[in-house]
Order: sequence, then C-alpha cells, then structure tokens
Amino acid sequence: MEIFGTWLAAFFTLGIISFLYRDNAWYKLCESIFVGISAGYWFVTLFWDNIHGLFWERITERHDYWLLIGASLGLMMLLRLIPPIGWISRWPLSFVVGATAGLYIINYFASNVMVQVENTLMPLFSAKFGDPLFSASPYSIVGNIVVAAGTFTGLVYFFFSKEHKGAFGGMAKIGIWTIMITFGASFGYTVMSRMSLLIGRMDFIFGDWLGLIR
Amino acid sequence: MTRGELMAYLVIVAVVLLLAFAVPKPISFSTTVSYIIVGFIALVLLIIFVRTIQGNMVGRRIVFLFVGMAVILPLFMTISQPIPLSPEVKQVYDAVVALKPGSKVLVSFDYDPPSAPELQPMAETFFRLCLSRDLKIVIMGLWPQGPQQAEIAMRKTLEYPEIASKNLRYGIDYVNLGFQTGNEFVIQRMGGDFKSMFPTDLNGTAYDSLPLVRNVRNFSNIDYAFHLSAGYPGTVEWVQVAVDRYGLKMGAGNTAVQTTQMYPYLRARQLVGLLGGLNGAAEFERAADMIGKATKFMVSQSFSHIIVIAFIIIGNAAFFLGDKSRKRKQEAAGGGH
Repeated sequence: MEIFGTWLAAFFTLGIISFLYRDNAWYKLCESIFVGISAGYWFVTLFWDNIHGLFWERITERHDYWLLIGASLGLMMLLRLIPPIGWISRWPLSFVVGATAGLYIINYFASNVMVQVENTLMPLFSAKFGDPLFSASPYSIVGNIVVAAGTFTGLVYFFFSKEHKGAFGGMAKIGIWTIMITFGASFGYTVMSRMSLLIGRMDFIFGDWLGLIR
Repeated sequence: MTRGELMAYLVIVAVVLLLAFAVPKPISFSTTVSYIIVGFIALVLLIIFVRTIQGNMVGRRIVFLFVGMAVILPLFMTISQPIPLSPEVKQVYDAVVALKPGSKVLVSFDYDPPSAPELQPMAETFFRLCLSRDLKIVIMGLWPQGPQQAEIAMRKTLEYPEIASKNLRYGIDYVNLGFQTGNEFVIQRMGGDFKSMFPTDLNGTAYDSLPLVRNVRNFSNIDYAFHLSAGYPGTVEWVQVAVDRYGLKMGAGNTAVQTTQMYPYLRARQLVGLLGGLNGAAEFERAADMIGKATKFMVSQSFSHIIVIAFIIIGNAAFFLGDKSRKRKQEAAGGGH
C-alpha cells in the first residue's frame, strides 16, 4: 500500500511539474484532483472538528448550552441564502467584525506597536540606559543605528504633508531605500523557501520513489 | 491530447521505467566528478551570458532547466559546504540545553506537508535534542495536519539508537494532544486551561489519564515552547497571546517566506531564538551536532541560488547592453539617412 502511495504521489508531482513546459492534459487532471480533494478534506475536517467536536459533543456530553448562542449566530449567517430575510445575516457579521476588531486592536497594539516602539527607542551606543557610552558591542551599535535611522527615514517617506524636497526629501529617499532593501531581503527569503519546496520534491522523486539517492 | 503530447508522455514513462528498474542504485558522484559537473555548468552559463549580450535571448524553459539541474545534481554529489551559526539559531539551542532534565517543552506544529522540506528537519532535530536531554515533550497543532507531521517526526526520532535505548513511553515522556480548531482563540483559552481545548489527546485518551500533562494546567507549567509555523495561525499569534499576555518563553522555526516578519520579535526579545527556513534548520543541525537532511539540502539550495543570481546578472546585462546596442543601431540608421 505504501509503494502504491509513493507511485501515486510521484505521478501527481510529475504531473504538476509538467506545467513548466506548457499547459497539458496531465497537469489539468492533477490540478482538478488536487482541488477536489482539498475541498473535500477541508469540508470533512471543519465538520468533524467544529460542528461535531466543538459544538455537538460539548452540547450532548458536557451540556454546555452557552454554545447554542454561537450556533444561532452561525445559522443566522446562513440566512443570506434566503434573500427576503437575508438582512438578518448582518447581525452575526457585525458581532464577528466587532469581536475580532476588539481582540486584534489589543493584541496588535501591545505586541506590534508598544513593544516594537520601546525597542526602537534604545540607546545607540550603550547596552542599556544608564550604561557608559560605547559599552555595547560594535555589532549592536551598528544594528541600533540602522534600526533607528531606518525607522525614522521610513516614517519620513510616508509623511505626505510636506513636499519631499531638500534635506527632508533626502531623508525620504533614504527611507524608500530602506524599505526597498527590506523588500529585497523578503524576496530573497521567498526564493529560498520556494527552492526548498522544489528540493523536497526532488528528494522525494529521486530518493523515496526511484531510490537513486543514498 | 495532441500527438506531440502523447509522444512526450511516452518518453517520460520510458525514462521513469529506466531510472526505476534499469539504473544501478544508489547513484553518487565523487568529489572530482562533482567539480567537473559544476565547471561544465559554469561554462555553459558563460556561453549563455555571451550569447545574450550578442542579442540571442534565452527562453524561460532553459532557466527552468538550469534551476532543475542546480537542485537535482547536488543531491547526488558528495561535496559539502560550511554552515556558519547565527546568534538567533544558537539562542534556540542554548535555551534547550539550559533546561533541566524533566522540564516540559511545548511544541506546536502549525504547518502542513507542503512546508515539510523546511520545517520537518527542524522538528526532527528539536525532538532529538530534547529527548536526548531527557526533556518532556507536549505536542499540539493549530493546523489539522500539524500533529500528523509531528507523528512522522517523532517516529523517526525514536529510531535513533541513543533515543531508542532510553525506552521512552508515550504519555510519560511525550504526548501528542492533536489538533484543535479556533486559531488564536485556542491559544487564548490555553492560557487559562489546556484541558478545555484538549480534553483528549490525538488517540482519544482523556487529558487527565496522561501522566505527563495531568498537572499541566496552563502556560505557567511549560518551561519552554517551540513553535513551527508556515502561516496563519502562526508565530505572530503565539507571540501576541502566549508570549506577551501569558509570559511564555518561546522560540520559533519558520518557513523562509515569513522569517523577515519575525526578526522584530527577536530583537524585542519576544522570541527566544529563531530558525529561518532551510538555512535555519541546517544551522540548528550543526549547533546540535545532529547532521540531517537540512544540511544535505543546503548544497542544492546554494547551487540554485547561484543559478538564480547568474540569470539575474544575464538578464540585466542583456537589458542594459542590449539597450545600448539598440540605440547605437538606431543612431547608425538615423545617420545613414
């Protein structure tokens, strides 16, 4: 059975890779099967984990009747399918939007704003506030300067109430360069990630399937 | 299906059958042969460079072919490359080795098979390091296929002689709590009570029947957490809820795509260590002195990067030099009239 699974996986891998040459029947077959299986897998997973696991089991076994409120909101969401009373679906939607926004504002503000701002406002040449000047390592000093200057000039670039001219324009230019370097680093990592996936597949084809790699 | 397509399929089937049944296995190139192959590829690239400057453009399929060769051929080569250790990877290693035997480590598997080439080597090395140091592992997942990836990694880890000799037992030395739907809300609830989110483990055993977690009520009973992430829900959510709200000490292993997003958390000490992509996995293998697949894959990774860089240079040279030569031709044509 395992051998059959390996050959099947190899068949689909080669089918998908064949698109690199051009669109063809083999690729279309593999793509359609993948889409169908993915949709089926997610439907079954969400049904058993959410509706059965988190709702039905808890109602019947633990008598957690508070969940009926959530279930009612879920049913109301489905009323969009009946146009005359579709407006009712706005209520659960507004609940979801409100609750999610409330939670995210707190989480993001605490973790992605406050802590990050605190760590940008660091002494440039010392390990921490109160330490003597140049007590930090050269690596840290360079890092601190790059972070502080990059953040400041990046913010300057997004300040549109003043024309980007003269010294202000120069800082904005440094800001956009900083942003571009960040995008470049991100893209480099993305290339690495995609190559890793290809390496994994090739290792499967030539190692697990054909057994050519030691 | 056209006749050409049918012929192409038959050729592929013939090549596959040849490789599967007629070629002696395994294939391994000696160091000399490996360097000859590398030299030959470099020479062909140089020829492509010269031809491109002369105005003969390269088709995209040639680029695909070179990237494919750069990925496949090193898998058969015996050459290796030095892997320098970065501070963020060392942080993860240091955090693990600083734990006392018996400490509880929470590992969340938030990825699926497509991200396995990058994250699975991290998981295997992390398990091996933890179990070799007698740490207790609690596994969970916010992605449906995560706990299955954990099972694969654990099975492989338990086969290593030094781990097998310890006769580790499920439920006492490691436990897999399985998947729970609900994304960051699961983390939120775990901050109060693990059991409310995981009433049973992956096999359906009741939480209280598992000796390892019976006394684990929330994050305050976890000594270190390691999070393997390929997207949402992922490290961002764990940092926001488990780290910043509940004070969990956590390191992370991420796919390369999202690694840059995690560096601010590392700098702010919200993360204690970070493994970024295949490179991070290879560095972690080196730090733990447990060489595995990531180290082997790094040669392919480097070769493919060199090919990508080479084609970027070729493309830019063609663009700028081609532009100049076009202008010269236009000027010459204009001068003639």
